[in-house]
Amino acid sequence: MFDRLSEKLSGILDRLTRRGALTKADVDEALREVRRALIEADVALEVARALVERVRERAVGVEVVKSVTPGQMVVKIVHDELVATLGADAQTIDLNAPAPIAIMMLGLQGSGKTTTTAKLAKRLTDLARRKVLMASLDVRRPAAMEQLAVLGKQISVETLPVVEGQVPAQIASRALQAARLGGYDIMLLDTAGRTTLDEAMMAEAAEVKRSAQPHEVLLVADALTGQDAINLARAFDERVGLTGIVLTRVDGDGRGGAALSMRAVTGKPIKLIGTGEKMDALESFDPARIAGRILGMGDIVALVEKAAANLDAEKAARAAEKMRKGAFDLADLREQLTQMQSLGGMSGLMGMLPGIAKMKSQLASANLDDGMLRRQMAIIDSMTPKERRAPDILKASRKKRIAAGSGTKVEEINKLLKMHRSMADMMKAMGGAKRGPMAGLAQAMGFGGGMPSPEEMAKLAEKMPGGMPALPPNFPGAGGPLPGLGGKLPGFGGPPQLPGLGKKK
Amino acid sequence: MSDSTQNPGWWQRLRGGLERTSASVGDAISDLVVKRKLDAAMLDEIEDTLIRADLGGEVAARIAAAVGDGRYDKAIAPAEVKAIAAAEIEKALAPVAIPLAINAEKKPFVILVVGVNGSGKTTTIGKLAAKFSMEGKKVVLAAGDTFRAAAIDQLKVWGGRTRSEVIAREPGADAAGLVFDAIASAKAHGADIVLADTAGRLQNRAELMDELEKIVRVIRKADASAPHAVLLVLDATVGQNALSQVEAFLKTAGVTGLVMTKLDSTARGGILVAIAEKFKLPVHFIGVGEGIDDLSPFTARDFARAVAGLN
Repeated sequence: MFDRLSEKLSGILDRLTRRGALTKADVDEALREVRRALIEADVALEVARALVERVRERAVGVEVVKSVTPGQMVVKIVHDELVATLGADAQTIDLNAPAPIAIMMLGLQGSGKTTTTAKLAKRLTDLARRKVLMASLDVRRPAAMEQLAVLGKQISVETLPVVEGQVPAQIASRALQAARLGGYDIMLLDTAGRTTLDEAMMAEAAEVKRSAQPHEVLLVADALTGQDAINLARAFDERVGLTGIVLTRVDGDGRGGAALSMRAVTGKPIKLIGTGEKMDALESFDPARIAGRILGMGDIVALVEKAAANLDAEKAARAAEKMRKGAFDLADLREQLTQMQSLGGMSGLMGMLPGIAKMKSQLASANLDDGMLRRQMAIIDSMTPKERRAPDILKASRKKRIAAGSGTKVEEINKLLKMHRSMADMMKAMGGAKRGPMAGLAQAMGFGGGMPSPEEMAKLAEKMPGGMPALPPNFPGAGGPLPGLGGKLPGFGGPPQLPGLGKKK
Repeated sequence: MSDSTQNPGWWQRLRGGLERTSASVGDAISDLVVKRKLDAAMLDEIEDTLIRADLGGEVAARIAAAVGDGRYDKAIAPAEVKAIAAAEIEKALAPVAIPLAINAEKKPFVILVVGVNGSGKTTTIGKLAAKFSMEGKKVVLAAGDTFRAAAIDQLKVWGGRTRSEVIAREPGADAAGLVFDAIASAKAHGADIVLADTAGRLQNRAELMDELEKIVRVIRKADASAPHAVLLVLDATVGQNALSQVEAFLKTAGVTGLVMTKLDSTARGGILVAIAEKFKLPVHFIGVGEGIDDLSPFTARDFARAVAGLN
């Protein structure tokens, strides 16, 4: 989500930042393009228009004139307004109520209600340690109730037994009763999908709401929704009354306009986002991070969080020690490739890096995909332990054997060996240097130390519980060229040259 | 309309479904132009109104330009604006309004149904099965969505309603092998049509698209000329992302035609115009409700007139 909008906006705003003084005409032209980009991203017209007007008012006013770099000031204003539209603070599911807390899920057909209900149940069970009961009120779609029951079994969360012939409001009161008697903390009500035009269904939802008195009423909406997003958000909010929005299919390649639109017209926060098919692919929504992603500033916080959660700290320390001694062999490289994959592979990693939207096409042409990671791992797997420890013994006949064993070509093996050599050299050279892990990462990524700025990092650190987790020293790419990039790409391992990567914000 | 004489109900349903579209676009255009002279601001607003119907920036700009052509500074009636808009939309859609043709020589005629999650694939298959059964054809349903919980049960319910045989395996089974078996079973029992369901997949997920490619490959092993039709089911509420969906599924699965669902909602489905211009893929059906017979043939004139707010 947001990638293409981000690509568009950073292009438009780049042109502004390169200029010294800005005339009103400069700003007008850029804002016209911003408006068009927002509409192409499915931001509802009225929302896009209002946002652009607010930016214009601030941009032509005192703020810009007095600032040293007017172009960057405009970028900051656009960023601020995007954050303001998305909601300034991250808000999550409110569990501050006497048990059992009822949470009601609403949405159009096919928006992902049932899947989201199960994901939320898992999240509340695992993270909030609550006892959860799920109940399906969908008496219309064939097998909808079975779907929730099957998902419940998968995630080990109880579902209310199905009683034939009950209407949704009856099922809701039965669920409430069962939750009270069973000592449940939370009861999730999955309602039938409906269209906003179906008055009978909307009345049914209102009726369920009256009988269950839910503490949270969540609209589950598809991130790929077009201009209709404001109609549906408005209709559900007016007819039933919402407390928040859950955005699904955020892992699609939509441009995310629906998020902006729905937040803007209802004023209700986006509380959670669905990011994949797996049951744990439900994340909290942080407006500031998303706005940064839209503007191509990357999602460093998400990257750091993900790294902290996925990397094995002990292994990392061991590898760091090896690196300092210059004993970085192919087995260690294999370890790094695996860790890279656990962070979501090349594409996952790239998506979170600042400025990367601009170089997506270059990456594609350089054939930097996850397949390459897999091939490189296959090559190393096809070596004997001795070969992994001492790659120098690899001569033509061994290479031929490895190529046959891994289904690759000798050239690919040579490339991998060259990459390993340059990584090992660089690590040896850096061995003595005393530097923070982030500095190493930042330099390797080509931030040139200017991005993210210290203030921003401090801000990020504040937001994270327990402060900023130190990035393991062997974070892939830290202190050396990223495996597989081989220094071919400017900005990675080489001097920062790519626009957006090396440039300070 | 020959269709409306055969089946008087469906036109009402389409009108009902598109009513909100027509009403809002129509009203907005009426409000704009009644007793006013045509100027640049007005054309901008007309363009905006069309953008709101998900027509896409380019198409909206072109229609607004057509409205302005030769009428600048003249008073213009709301009906005229609607007529021009409808004519432009119809012009784009007319070439793609092609019914789904079942070639009786191909037996079974294999129809693969693909799309993103929640677009309405299984429901569309149920409606298609009902339509074909009523025409006296023998239908086999392949429960190829082995991923989503209870998708197989959902298809079985449809199989029962339409008295069609359902070939299913346990959840998590290999979809390609299952579709292969369904075709083999259809051949053995002399069935006319195989409707193959697939799991919903986002078009940017490479591993899932690879899986779809494999399903097509395996179908070819069962019958070299199959799949005879590959239908992409599009949700009318999806905005500009529908273009990306068509592109990806066309490339991976060789989509031969489109079905647009959920036109009974407030969504306008205007993206179909941009899709028609860019991909020229036939649009076979539109879904206008949850009922078993709420699947109508797509007709450009009705769609265009309804979108533009003409009666």
